[in-house]
Amino acid sequence: MTLAELQRDFRDWLTHASPEAVQRLDPRAGMGMTVYQNNYRAQLVGVLEASYPQLHAWLGSTLFLEAAIRHIDSRPPHGWTLDAYGADFEATLRGMLPDNPDVHELAWMEWSLSESFVAPDATTLPGDQLADIDWDLARLQLAPSLRQRAVTTNAVDLWFALQQETDVPESEMLGAPGGVVTWRQGYTCQLKPIDPVEHDALLSLRDDPRFSALCDALVARLGEDAGIARAGELLASWIAARIVTGVA
Amino acid sequence: MFTPPPTFAGFGLGLRKEHYRDFLETDVPVDFVEVISENFMVDGGQPRHILRQVLERHPVALHGVSMSIGSADGLDHDYLRRLRALVDEIQPLFVSDHLSWSRVAGFNSHDLLPLPYTKEALELVCRHIDMAQEALGRSMLFENPSSYVSFAESDMTEWEFLAAMSRRTGCGLLLDVNNVYVSSRNHGLDAHAFLRGLPADRVRQIHLAGHTEVTDLLIDTHDQPVCDDVWSLYAEAMSLLGPVASMIERDDAIPPLAELLDELAIARCLSERARDLREAA
Repeated sequence: MTLAELQRDFRDWLTHASPEAVQRLDPRAGMGMTVYQNNYRAQLVGVLEASYPQLHAWLGSTLFLEAAIRHIDSRPPHGWTLDAYGADFEATLRGMLPDNPDVHELAWMEWSLSESFVAPDATTLPGDQLADIDWDLARLQLAPSLRQRAVTTNAVDLWFALQQETDVPESEMLGAPGGVVTWRQGYTCQLKPIDPVEHDALLSLRDDPRFSALCDALVARLGEDAGIARAGELLASWIAARIVTGVA
Repeated sequence: MFTPPPTFAGFGLGLRKEHYRDFLETDVPVDFVEVISENFMVDGGQPRHILRQVLERHPVALHGVSMSIGSADGLDHDYLRRLRALVDEIQPLFVSDHLSWSRVAGFNSHDLLPLPYTKEALELVCRHIDMAQEALGRSMLFENPSSYVSFAESDMTEWEFLAAMSRRTGCGLLLDVNNVYVSSRNHGLDAHAFLRGLPADRVRQIHLAGHTEVTDLLIDTHDQPVCDDVWSLYAEAMSLLGPVASMIERDDAIPPLAELLDELAIARCLSERARDLREAA
């Protein structure tokens, strides 16, 4: 048996307990091979629990474990870092619980917070430079840690209640879809709900970072005075929260 | 040809999240700390920030778990590139990983899986160590793993494999005394022969940890204090090796820092006694 064959048999034992594989490896090693298989599965369950603590609490241990086992069986790890293993857990949950958008949205939030936690550092925009900026030409730079998506349920409220261990509300659909963002302010991760106007405004900046284009879009949506006023409010809040980290 | 890094006869601890505050806000009496490389091979954020602060207080050793030096599929170049960036930034005391494998055919077990100790494996591991040391621009240390199976294909002992690997690549060795104990018990080997079979001049660091016994097998759980048998082996190792860096590893059921410092004090005491005996001989 070559080393490559041995390692493929070992993989087959870990991922689907192939009896043929373990027979070829070493029939005297049954108990030891079981240790490796237990370690493999327990470690992956553990990393999913660590990546999704509020989702774990929301689903309960039994359903979360069922989802974790389904994920481990269908998506063996491939990246060099174990921390990346939970990246597509939301997809597993969509397959298992297709009619539970609250679960999908909670999963997205928890994973996005993980990504924001180790995203590249960003500089802080010095407040005294703002007065010198030509806003007609300014291009806004968003924090590298910023993640956003549309939400249809009260998953943000659920997340905060679970995280703060307060009374958790019933899951419900929102009256109108909104948005949610995660990002890192300094070294602290943040999560907040945003309304559809802010959600669309942030999305538009990814395609066209000009502040003037943002103003035009908001004027077209809200009218001249309200649009300009909202653009100013959003810009001020983004700079204060370090969602906008630079102006070029 | 690389040569093992200079000796550093200090006493350290593995840095874990539970003790970040201790290490950042108090003067912890250790000579170095060891961190898990992969936890800091990230783009930014709090992990790198904490590491930079710890570096201002203590020398840092990088200990990896994902190089997969024994993978028949070769090394992961993205991994090596990220590790090189971290090495360049922090200039660690040591860079280490394990004599094991984790990856095959796009699959990563994230476990330190055992190799057969064969000529084929030795050729492959040496080739990979050469590549890794070239990629990092420095010599590495490789640790003997705990194992729960052995392979009929093996045609040399683990210590013979480690000695040949170090001689051929110039890498140093990280001797995990608990792993020697665990593997020796699991496979009916002579732990003393294991220690005596290692090339003493190549060992630069020692790990001490605890294990758990489960149905006739010892499992390397790192969730217990170091046991008396492992302390005895450590004393023997220190008499054979001379001054090397020693440290306590705890990865689960992590106690208050004071308990780990008490264990480190035992290591200091045994090391000093071994030094006195060596000097008297």
